[in-house]
Amino acid sequence: MAGSSPAPKRLESVVEAVGVSKDFGVVRALDRVSLAIRAGEVLALVGENGAGKSTLIRIFEGVFRPDSGAIVALGAQRVFRSPADAHAVGIRVIHQEPDIIPDLSIAENLFLGDLRRTRRIFFDRGDAARRTRQILAEFGLEKELEPWTRAGDLGPAQRQLMEIMRALRGGLRVLALDEPTSSLTEDEAQRLFRVVRRLKADGVAIVYISHRMREVRELADRVAVLRDGRLIVDRPIAEIADNEIVQAMVGRPISDLFDRSERRPGPPVLCVRGLTTKRVKDVSLDVRAGEVVGLAGLIGAGRSELAEAIFGHDRSLAGSVAVGGRAIRLRSPADAIAAGIGFAPEDRKSQALLLLRSVANNISLAVPDLISRFNFVRFGAERSIAASLVDRLRIRTPSLDQAVSKLSGGNQQKVVLGRWLARRPKALILDEPTRGIDVGAKAEIYRLIAQLAAEGVALLVISSELPELIGLADRIVVMAGGRIVGELPRGEAKEERILQLAMAEALGEVGEARIN
Amino acid sequence: MTEAKTGVAAGLAESRAQKSAVRSMIERVGTHNLSLLIALAILIAIFGGLRPDVFFLVRNILNIGQAIAILGVLATAQTIVIVSGGLDISVGAIVGMSTVYIALAVGWTGSPLLSILFGVFVGAIAGVVNGVIITVGRINAVIATLGTMAVFRGVAFIVSNGQSISIFDPAFRFIGNGKIFGLPVTIMVLIAMVAAFFVLMNYTVTGRNIYAIGGNQVVARLAGLNVRAYQIGVYTLSGATAGLAGMLLAARTGSGQPISGSDGLELEAITAAVLGGCALTGGKGTIIGGLLGVLIIGVLDNGLILTSVPTFYQMVAKGVLLIAAVIIAELQGRRYG
Repeated sequence: MAGSSPAPKRLESVVEAVGVSKDFGVVRALDRVSLAIRAGEVLALVGENGAGKSTLIRIFEGVFRPDSGAIVALGAQRVFRSPADAHAVGIRVIHQEPDIIPDLSIAENLFLGDLRRTRRIFFDRGDAARRTRQILAEFGLEKELEPWTRAGDLGPAQRQLMEIMRALRGGLRVLALDEPTSSLTEDEAQRLFRVVRRLKADGVAIVYISHRMREVRELADRVAVLRDGRLIVDRPIAEIADNEIVQAMVGRPISDLFDRSERRPGPPVLCVRGLTTKRVKDVSLDVRAGEVVGLAGLIGAGRSELAEAIFGHDRSLAGSVAVGGRAIRLRSPADAIAAGIGFAPEDRKSQALLLLRSVANNISLAVPDLISRFNFVRFGAERSIAASLVDRLRIRTPSLDQAVSKLSGGNQQKVVLGRWLARRPKALILDEPTRGIDVGAKAEIYRLIAQLAAEGVALLVISSELPELIGLADRIVVMAGGRIVGELPRGEAKEERILQLAMAEALGEVGEARIN
Repeated sequence: MTEAKTGVAAGLAESRAQKSAVRSMIERVGTHNLSLLIALAILIAIFGGLRPDVFFLVRNILNIGQAIAILGVLATAQTIVIVSGGLDISVGAIVGMSTVYIALAVGWTGSPLLSILFGVFVGAIAGVVNGVIITVGRINAVIATLGTMAVFRGVAFIVSNGQSISIFDPAFRFIGNGKIFGLPVTIMVLIAMVAAFFVLMNYTVTGRNIYAIGGNQVVARLAGLNVRAYQIGVYTLSGATAGLAGMLLAARTGSGQPISGSDGLELEAITAAVLGGCALTGGKGTIIGGLLGVLIIGVLDNGLILTSVPTFYQMVAKGVLLIAAVIIAELQGRRYG
């Protein structure tokens, strides 16, 4: 596809929301949103988590019905009572977790429910295989996939494409993709983009939901920004700058995401010497008081494993960890915590949060001594500790008793950070602290990291987003194959240099260096 | 309180004021416990309506209480085990073993108090064994306690030579059948145990941490909790409680019998706990829920007897009740989860 010029001619609107509002209890998820989705155009739908993107998509998809306003599709007002109604007019949504039946083959998944494809009483294997090959060829997948490959053996990118193939079967007019690249490598993402461009050329209307500015820029013709349920921006992408989009999402100008003021690190606080586990080889590392050290590397480079080893979660085979000059005996995380280390792991839902428990309970989990007397919980003390952290971190929650599962990703991450701040740690290890959270919450977490450094906390930050790491860190340590392979001071930390180091020992594996 | 000054607290107060009184009451009781209360009320209405002459007599109500005392103690302890992410199938066998050791100890020492303590001690040791096998041996709790169930049952037969051992001590007769201020002693024991468990799970750091390890072991470990120690502790508590339940049973029957407690007591305890809202995946469940589960089983048992439903049909009714309860809980979870 050639570069999409901002076509002045009116494209045909396939489906259109007219003054759509939707309430969930007291929360107004959508507020009089009017948005047209036009044939042959890629519309990027952006906004922070909770801005109403998903709600809008689910209304187009027939999962929710608007409380007021209307949906106009193919020139007539329509009421979608179920996704089947939306499918009937050719609207399909590809969710982040594609629905496939893992134990059936690709061909069977593609033609599932399409009984006309059968001949006599049996499933016509030859016919199905031929058709499947044909479709695979259209997507450029004929070399890597066979019709009878088990669908469960496909990677996330292939599953997504399969879902799109299935959508194509029934006269596709509108294709909505919800954060489609969140689990794809760079190559896979590019292949998806090619498919999207081809569909666009065929006249399909594309709605593309993404957090990633670069993808929006690369793919979209038009961008719509939602904030707090309202449509803030709906303009051709060529007429709007990146920072205007971000500003529209966040609702305030982001002057500078990162605190660029010079820091003066104090003495070393966290000292790692020759630390070795099954996946980490002879790592030595110092993090000084008030210093932010970034840990870069490709997937599988051993960064999270190093963090877990320092925190005593993984058994170390050799080496030592010292905090403030005192060596710790690392038998379990409890020892690391007692020595003043805090750790926000990579996957907050499975490693950091008790999803069913309250915000207060989650924050106070690591400070039993501060919230109890003779083992009895002092609820007043607990609530005041939790409330002060909810205030300080600006955690948006209806109450301290709210189950954390109901909070947004950004607020969940803040709860995890709150747990460690309650302990006033000397050293804090943050593994992918901004993964899957919206721009506004990211900015707040960057500010918090800078603030903690200013207070003299030693910070070790792992991130796969290199611009973020470069913006945050005073120096960047690069890992590959479980070892430290290089170190770059702030001035020299450029993406290319980091990647060069990271890939020196892991040739051919790109995919980690994604830019948000 | 200091929090009153903060912005959050102000926001909280505001949102609290917006909630209606009914909503906040429901939230306090919990939706699951509320539906259990409704189920209980329905059962009481049915059986009360069918046998108004007997059902509401104080005598009958105390009967129900006495009948569920042992199950109640076991089910609330089982609730704690399930909340911690485990399961203890060996409690019935521990009850039987405890009755035997208590009966023997009465013969050895002549002291009812020492004998009871000995029974509880034997139960606690059995619990430690369970806990160590599960944590150190890294064996699934169901498999581990299924194995120890057979072991404990065997031990009870070995030490008693397979014989029933009578207890003649009047103290036991008093525990089994006596009353204080009109309230049977067994019911008082039940109330005391449930109260203690309630305080443990809701007002102590230990209880909080049991919810934490059941909710997610990795999270608990990364927050600095000693998961193994808590697990061993929970099984020890379960064993000791089963030892105490053995005391109640020995007192009721006036004997120590190796066979006692083998009539599916453990399954009934698990049934009550699940009925009470425990998720077998751990991290979810309440003591009050467990107690309500026991009360429902007790009222159902009693009502079915009063209305002369044959025993075999009673079993079917209980099974249906459990499945229905779990389905309802599942539907609720979908709605509110």
